[in-house]
Amino acid sequence: MHPVLKTVLQRLGLGLLTLFVVSVVIFASLELLPGGFAEAILGQGATPETVAAFNREIGLDRPAFVRYLEWIGGVLMGDFGYSYAGLGGSIKRSVSELIAPRLYNTFFLAAMTAIVAVPLSLLLGVLAALYRNSWYDRIVNSVTLTTIATPEFFIAYLLMFFFAIKNKWFYTLSTVSGSTDLWEHMYRAALPAITLTLVIVAHMMRMTRAALINLLASPYMEMAQLKGVPRREAIIKHALPNAWAPIATVIAFNLAYLVVGVVVVEVVYVYPGIGQLMVDAVSSRDMPVVQACALIFAATYILLNLSADIVSIITNPRLLHPK
Amino acid sequence: MTEFEMKMNAAKKAVGLGKLSRRDFMSFAIASGMTIPAASMLFASAARAQPKQGGVFKAGIGHGQTTDSLDPATWSNGFTFSWGKSVMGAPLVQVNQKNEAVPHVAESFEPADGAKKWIFKIRKGITFHDGKTLTADDVVATINYHIGPDSKSPAKGVLSNLVSAKADGPDTVIFELSGGNADFPFLLTDYHLSMYPSEGGKIMWEKGIGAGPYVLKSFEPGVKLVGERNPNYFGTTYFDGIEVLSIIDVAARTNAYLSGEVHYIDRADVKTIDMVKSAPETELYNVSGFAHYTAPMHCDTAPFNDVNVRQAIKWAINRQDLVDKILYGYGSTGNDNPLSPSMKYAINAEPVYAYDPEKAKSLLKKAGLENLKVDLSASDAAFPGGVDAALLMAEHARAAGIEINVVREPNDSYWDNVWLKKPWGLCYWGGRPTADAFMSISLAADAAWNDTRWQNARFNELLVAARAETDEAKRQAMYAECQQLVHDDGGQIVLMFNNYVGALSTKIGHTEFNSDFDHDGGFMYERWWMA
Repeated sequence: MHPVLKTVLQRLGLGLLTLFVVSVVIFASLELLPGGFAEAILGQGATPETVAAFNREIGLDRPAFVRYLEWIGGVLMGDFGYSYAGLGGSIKRSVSELIAPRLYNTFFLAAMTAIVAVPLSLLLGVLAALYRNSWYDRIVNSVTLTTIATPEFFIAYLLMFFFAIKNKWFYTLSTVSGSTDLWEHMYRAALPAITLTLVIVAHMMRMTRAALINLLASPYMEMAQLKGVPRREAIIKHALPNAWAPIATVIAFNLAYLVVGVVVVEVVYVYPGIGQLMVDAVSSRDMPVVQACALIFAATYILLNLSADIVSIITNPRLLHPK
Repeated sequence: MTEFEMKMNAAKKAVGLGKLSRRDFMSFAIASGMTIPAASMLFASAARAQPKQGGVFKAGIGHGQTTDSLDPATWSNGFTFSWGKSVMGAPLVQVNQKNEAVPHVAESFEPADGAKKWIFKIRKGITFHDGKTLTADDVVATINYHIGPDSKSPAKGVLSNLVSAKADGPDTVIFELSGGNADFPFLLTDYHLSMYPSEGGKIMWEKGIGAGPYVLKSFEPGVKLVGERNPNYFGTTYFDGIEVLSIIDVAARTNAYLSGEVHYIDRADVKTIDMVKSAPETELYNVSGFAHYTAPMHCDTAPFNDVNVRQAIKWAINRQDLVDKILYGYGSTGNDNPLSPSMKYAINAEPVYAYDPEKAKSLLKKAGLENLKVDLSASDAAFPGGVDAALLMAEHARAAGIEINVVREPNDSYWDNVWLKKPWGLCYWGGRPTADAFMSISLAADAAWNDTRWQNARFNELLVAARAETDEAKRQAMYAECQQLVHDDGGQIVLMFNNYVGALSTKIGHTEFNSDFDHDGGFMYERWWMA
C-alpha cells in the first residue's frame, strides 16, 4: 500500500477512537458538573417540583449510561439527536438543524480569514527571511507581535471604534442569518475577519521566517550561494520546499483555532458562530448539542493535523521511504 | 396656567396631531419671545409626543441564549419574558403605568365568594395569528398548561392557590381558588401566562402563534427575533415590525447603539454611561423599579438565628456606599423592606437602617458576642458586581467588629448549590406586581423561595388574612405590619433597589414607563412608536 494512504487510514482509525474517547469524557464531565438542564433554564424558577417535571419531559430522569448509550447509538446511525430546548413540544429542534447554519457561519468566517491571512503571512515571512534584520523585518515583526499580544476583544473594540463608529464604513453588529446574501455576509463578517487575521498572522509569519532562516544556515544553502544562485531564488527554490513541514503544522494549528477558538470574537461582533452555541449549551447542560460541537471540534483538529502531516510527508521524500 | 401656557399647549397638541406646520409653530413661539433653538427643540418634542403608526423598531437586548425556546413555560430571561407581554403573546390582564391591573384579553373580571372565585369575561372577536378565534377553552387550556401536574412552568408557583379554571360558555372563565385573594387578577399578568390556541385541551405554542401585537416572522435562538405587526390585533400598537437582537456583550451592545444599528439597548454599562448620555439624539432610559439586590440570612442557622445578630449586621452595612460604588448612583438604598416605595401598600419602615457600627456593636453585645465571624457566599451570578459588593460589605462590617469572610462561589451553579442552601449569600429579586405576590413567594413560611427560612407566625397569619381582605384600609394596615415585621425581625437584607438603565434613541416616542419590569414593563414593543 502507498505509504501516504497507509498513514491516512491509520490516522483516521485513530481519529475515530479519539472521537469516541472525547465523547465519553465530555459526557462524563457534563454529568459531574453541578446542576442540570432544567435548573439552568428555569434559573430562579426552579423548584424541585418543576425541575422533576422538566426532567421527566426530556428524559433526564433516566440513568446516565442509558442516556449515553442511546445517544451514541443514534450517532452511529448518523442521528445526533435533539436539543433539550423545546423538546417538550411537537416541533423538536434537531441538533444537526441547530448546528448546520452556525457551522456554516464559522467555516465562512474561518475561510474568509484564512484566504487573507495565510498567503499574507507566508509572503511577510518569506520577505522577512529574505531581508533579515532590515528595517522591514523589524517593523513587520514588531507590528505582528503587537497585534498577537493584544487581546482579540480589544483589537475588535478598536476596529469597531475606528471603522464602525467614528467612520461608518462597517457594521458594529455582524448578525447574519440564512437569508443574508453572500456579499452582505462578507461585508458583515469583514471586521471579525480582520480581527482574526491580526491575531493569527504573527504566529504563521514568524514560523515561516524562523524555518527559512534555520535552513539558510545549512550547507546546501551555502553551496547554492557559492555557485551563484541569487538569494531570492535560493530561498524560494531551495529553502522553502524544506520548510513546508513546520509551516504547514503552524498553519493547521491556526486554522483549527479559527474554527474552534473564536468565541470571544463571535460574542463581541454578535456573529452567530458555533463557539457561542457551544458555550450556551455547556452553561445550560444541553448534552446533545455540547457533544456534537465537541465532536466537530475534535474532528477539525484531527483532520487539520492529518493534512499537515500529509503535507510534511509529501514535501519530504525521505519520509515516503521509511527504513 | 397662564394664557400663554394654554395657547402653547394647544399649539403643541396641534403639532403632535400634524395640524400645525413647523413654520407656523415657530412663528408663534418666536412671537411669544422664545429663541429659535428653544422653539425648534420644543417643536421636535411636541411632534414626538403623539403616537403614530409605522417604522421598524430595533432593540439590542443583553439576554438571550441558543437554548431559548418558544415554550412559554421556559421563558425566564430578558429576551424571552416580553414575548408574553407584548410580542406574540397577549395576557388576560396587563399592568399599567400606575401599577394597576387592567383587563386585556379579558374584557372584565369580578370577584365572588370573598375573592375565592373570580369570573372573567373574555373579549369577543379576538383572533390568533392563524385566524382562529380565541375562546374560553383556549384560556382554560393555557392556564392548565402552567398549573397541571406535569407543568415545569415557574408560573405554577405564582398560581399555587388556583384550584381550577373552567369555561362557562364561550366567553366566560371561572377561576376557583383555595383561599380568597383580592389580588388574583395581578397574578394573571405573569409573563408566562399569555394566551395560546388550543386543541383538545392542549395548547400549541410550537409555532409561536398567539394573539399578541406581532406575528412571529423568524426566530433564531440566541440571535434574533423578527416580528411583523398583527393587522388583526385587538389592542393598539404602532410599529410595523420589530427586530430584537440578542447582544450579550455590553460593549458590543453600546457600540451597536452608538453606531445607530439599534434604537434601544437595555442593561447599559453604568460605568461608561456618560458616553451614552453624550451621544446625539439619546434619552437615558432610567427607571427605578421593583427589582432589588439582597443578602438573605438563614434565620434558622447560627449565628443568624438570633435577631440581635441579624439587626447588628443590618446596621453594619453602608448601603449608600453600595449604591454609589456598585450601581454608580443608579439606584436607591434598601431598608430591608422588599417592597419598592412605588408599590401599593409600601411603607418606609422605621428605624431606617443606615450605617452605624456603634449600634451594631451594642446589638452584638446584647446577643452576648464580642465579635462575630461569618461566611458570606458571593457571586456575580447573584447580581452584577456581587463579589465587589460582598467585599465592600466586609469592609463596612469590620468597624463593627464583624468579620465577614467572603466566599467566592462559581457563577455557573450559583442558583442550584448556593442560593437557598448556604446560610448567608446574595440574591436578586425582580418585579412582582403586588405586595401579596412578593411576600407569598419569598417570605411566607412555606414558600419554596423563602430564602431566609424565616418563620414568623404573626407575619404568616397576617399575610393570609390580608390576601382575602377586601376592605382597603384594613388591608393597608395589615400590609404595613407585615413590612414592619420583615424589617425588624426578618433575615432579608435589602441592600439596594437597582434602576433599569438603558439607552433610547429620541427617534422613539413613548409615554410614561412601567416600573415593574425592564423594557417598559415588557410592553415597549406594543406601547412605543417611531416619532
